[in-house]
Amino acid sequence: MATTLAKAAEEIRAETTHAARIEHVSKSFTGPAGSQLVLDDITLDVAPGEFVTLLGASGCGKSTLLNLVAGLDKPSAGTIATDGRPALMFQEHALFPWLTAGKNIELALKLRGVPKAERRPKAEELLELVRLHGAYGKRVHELSGGMRQRVALARALAQDSRLLLMDEPFAALDAITRDVLHDELTRIWRETNVSVLFVTHNVREAVRLAQRVVLLSSRPGRVAHEWRVDIPHPRRIEDSAVAELSVEITEQLRGEIRRHGQH
Amino acid sequence: MASTETKEAGDSQDLAGLEAGLDALETTAGPVRTPVRQVLVQKVLPPLTAVLLVLVVWQALVSFKVVDDPSKLPSPSAVWNEVREAWLQGTLLDYIWTSVSRGLLGFVFALAIGTPLGLIVARVRFIRAAIGPILSGLQSLPSVAWVPPAVLWLGLENKMMYAVILLGAVPSIANGLVSGVDQVPPLFLRAGRTLGATGLRHTWHIVLPAALPGYLAGLKQGWAFSWRSLMAAEIIASSPELGVGLGQLLENGRNASSMPMIFLAIFLILIVGIAIDLLIFSPLERRVLRGRGLLVKS
Repeated sequence: MATTLAKAAEEIRAETTHAARIEHVSKSFTGPAGSQLVLDDITLDVAPGEFVTLLGASGCGKSTLLNLVAGLDKPSAGTIATDGRPALMFQEHALFPWLTAGKNIELALKLRGVPKAERRPKAEELLELVRLHGAYGKRVHELSGGMRQRVALARALAQDSRLLLMDEPFAALDAITRDVLHDELTRIWRETNVSVLFVTHNVREAVRLAQRVVLLSSRPGRVAHEWRVDIPHPRRIEDSAVAELSVEITEQLRGEIRRHGQH
Repeated sequence: MASTETKEAGDSQDLAGLEAGLDALETTAGPVRTPVRQVLVQKVLPPLTAVLLVLVVWQALVSFKVVDDPSKLPSPSAVWNEVREAWLQGTLLDYIWTSVSRGLLGFVFALAIGTPLGLIVARVRFIRAAIGPILSGLQSLPSVAWVPPAVLWLGLENKMMYAVILLGAVPSIANGLVSGVDQVPPLFLRAGRTLGATGLRHTWHIVLPAALPGYLAGLKQGWAFSWRSLMAAEIIASSPELGVGLGQLLENGRNASSMPMIFLAIFLILIVGIAIDLLIFSPLERRVLRGRGLLVKS
């Protein structure tokens, strides 16, 4: 009884002081070659309003970790506590092609239980936030890649989660659009004060966006290193401070990758 | 502090302008409506030419006495007279309506049964393993095979016609929905779940709309099967109480050894089958595909 109470209290504390608390999480998949450990004893907190990027080479289990935090899969060991259900944004926009941009957002509102009368104004407001006022009635295929990702961002924000999970959301965009969306995401993150856990394999992207960069090693994924990024906003991809830290992180990342070639 | 704020406001303005520029550059103007003339030339003219060509060859076969027996190949004018006569007697529309009303009503029944059946087969693993193979197997069974047992079970009544239509169309409709559901990109399912859609809401808001193109293809095929099975049933099982549909018309023509009547019946069966597809299913399918940007230019 006392232990369950203590546990409940612990959980409440976790919910209020962390947007996400990942504790000793491991995940293994059983494949044809036997059981394979993908994530090994990951411990990571995301504070409310914090922007954290998860960085790593292929096979570090970044996306697996994000799926676990999103609740789409269960960890093999360890616990994950989040403040409510997180919103998730994918590399592909994942907008529903049978709905207009506005209706995609409204579906998210509807599934969250927002009354019908409030959905349309709320959707317009979110489109305004991602600077797509005219796009309400547009079908997904009528929008450019960057616009689709912004609608996807608006839809994720429509869930009104305290935590936004992003799985390489800009990886498929051209460099110019990506750069603009970095600025956009930074602006929206600062305006909404949502916590972000952002997965990428692009070092500059990680440094440019985050307050904290977490480097994962590969096979299995472990937390290899962490950096605080104190470069003031607005940041630019070409800022020397961004470049300097990127060089340092890249060195470390390369070291992690090199280890795999040695045996 | 004030200076950084103004700097940021300026940056935000910059960003808005930059973004508006990118959006404008990357989106193309909406599709231009094809002019009527072009539609006529590209869409209407070719099939009309083909039909005309067939008529010319047909008339030539008769005129140059290549086929010299009117009981084997009637002239186009003899068939036209048959049409006129049926029209003047007021029976032409009756023939068509008898069959079309049967076909459409049967199809609606098939829809009402095939849709939930397809959904259950697609979503419940045990049921899929149990009846999935039978369902796809039934699709390759010619529905005319059902006519003799249906006559024995249900007698020479409308019920029997509907039974044959159902046995022909339900597997197509159900299978269409099953393959539609199977082809839903997993990304949509995941996206739906992260948005909080579970159970029936997941099915209604995500799975069904995503499966719609496959389902419509199944409907189209289901209609073709309905119409074929109905014609088979009408030809084999004719009885005075059943009224004269297009199938019976064909059978009557054979009994009366009237080649013009047989030709009339065949043409009507063909034309009705095509017309229903062109008037109902094709526009529906085009609308759905165009809305999703899956129809580039047709």
